[in-house]
Amino acid sequence: MDIIRLKNVKKQYKNGTTAIYDLNLNIEKGSFVFIIGGSGSGKSTLMKMLYREEKPTKGQIVVGGLNVAKLRNSKVYKLRRKLGIVFQDYRLLPKQTVYENVAFAMEVIGATKQETRIRVLKALEIVGLKNKVHSYPDQLSGGEQQRVAIARAIVNNPKMLLCDEPTGNLDPEKSIEIMKIIEKINKDWGTTVLVVTHDKEIVNRMKKQVITLKEGRLVNNKVKGTYDNENT
Amino acid sequence: MKILRMLGRSIRDAFKSVFRNFSLSLASISCITITLIIVAISIIASYNVSNFTEEIEKDLTIVVFVENDATEEQIETIKERLKDISNINQKEIKYESKKQIKEEMQKESDIFNAVMADWDEKDNPLKDTFQIKVNKAEEISKTAKQIEKIEKVSLVRYGEGMVDKLIAAFESIKKVTYGAVLALILVTIFLIINTIKLTIYSRKREISIMRLVGASNFTIKTPFIVEGMFLGLLGSIIPILIVIFGYPALYDKMNGYVFTPLVNLIHPNPFIYTVSLMIAIIGIIVGMIGSSSAVRKYLKV
Ligand SMILES: Nc1ncnc2c1ncn2[C@@H]1O[C@H](COP(=O)(O)OP(=O)(O)OP(=O)(O)O)[C@@H](O)[C@H]1O
Ligand SMILES: [Mg+2]
Repeated sequence: MDIIRLKNVKKQYKNGTTAIYDLNLNIEKGSFVFIIGGSGSGKSTLMKMLYREEKPTKGQIVVGGLNVAKLRNSKVYKLRRKLGIVFQDYRLLPKQTVYENVAFAMEVIGATKQETRIRVLKALEIVGLKNKVHSYPDQLSGGEQQRVAIARAIVNNPKMLLCDEPTGNLDPEKSIEIMKIIEKINKDWGTTVLVVTHDKEIVNRMKKQVITLKEGRLVNNKVKGTYDNENT
Repeated sequence: MKILRMLGRSIRDAFKSVFRNFSLSLASISCITITLIIVAISIIASYNVSNFTEEIEKDLTIVVFVENDATEEQIETIKERLKDISNINQKEIKYESKKQIKEEMQKESDIFNAVMADWDEKDNPLKDTFQIKVNKAEEISKTAKQIEKIEKVSLVRYGEGMVDKLIAAFESIKKVTYGAVLALILVTIFLIINTIKLTIYSRKREISIMRLVGASNFTIKTPFIVEGMFLGLLGSIIPILIVIFGYPALYDKMNGYVFTPLVNLIHPNPFIYTVSLMIAIIGIIVGMIGSSSAVRKYLKV
């Protein structure tokens, strides 16, 4: 079963730049997919359309049964509750503790205090930060901050995890740690994972499905792909 | 349950936000306070003016004198014609014959009694009168003119001039007050819009993360709207204190009336509490209007 389906999707920004040309793509439930490609090839644009930060100019996008292209602004939250989203820059709230940052995602969707507490501690355990619940983001390393962001993304048990260059700011060792956590989430919970990355090392090591974009077009979709230099 | 929980969160957020952006909140609370003080004074003044007007209107009597040679049927006709005039209060048409008046006057003073004792029906120079009350004081002069036209009516008297002027003055005071209150409320709304706008900007990051993790529009908007209402409520505290302590003090100092005991002030109890409630509600509503329009304008969700 495909959890993500794109049909003839085109994205042209208001200033005239076309970021995606006629993209057709299906992603199966439970898969782990790397999205690679050179700078400006449209990777982030694709992700943004999946979580409905941007609307496609043309074509159809279905994510987890929701017709994303037609989704009204006031209903976007329904899509977002099916997704966990992770960015290169972590996007944590600086004045809140690790616990509060993760709990935030539960509170704003109306979870009870107990439910929140159980889930937050569980999520922090998965990312290995249970001992840092009371720390503030600026007291953590980059890798730890990203783990908090992942905990926040998975705390309400989403069907999909979208990561746009989650290791972009991290050194190789920390990057591998992060990727291991994401892989574990995919394996243990069956969460569908999409990871945009420039990290050749990681892609080649993990042997997952790899989708390659080039100048807004899909040029490669391999089940056990690698990072070819010609693609960059 | 869920709604309650979310509302609790909104209130907590609003609290936090007011203290986090303390100087900003303080600025807008002060503005609301000043506005509401003036609104409170306006409300008190306009209620009192309405009260004076009403009192005066209640007491306002037109006296209609009937010509001496009117027959009983003619007097009856005058009564009927008076009833036809719409501004005349139907229930309060009081007829007094000259004989009754004479007797009353005799009762009132011994001198009158001595003089009038041997007037018989024919010599009595007094006139039969109708005493009537009107519904709308501002139309009293028109009504008086209508009455004058009735046959066998010799004279129509009411407190001309003074009454007219007083009523006109009250009317224009009322209008100016309403205008001032309206203008001040608009200024306050404008200030609240700006305060909330700045709160929204200062919490941009939080809002974008809320959206990302699936908060509904309701959840995102409510804290800001609650914050506006909260600012309004905080802004009404000082005006309410001024009303509760100030008005009774004023009332006592003036012995309950303005210039003459004819023009009474409204008694402080329960008036001050009604006004306080109005001030709080106005503060909250104004805060809500300001914050909802800020949310609509600056929070694109
Ligand atoms: N908001 C925007 N408005 C206009 N053009 C945009 C916007 N966002 C991206 N673009 C353009 O769309 C194209 C694709 O951008 P995108 O961010 O998707 O690339 P990317 O593959 O994520 O690149 P990188 O690896 O550098 O992050 C680029 O040419 C970019 O300039
Ligand atoms: Mg990108």
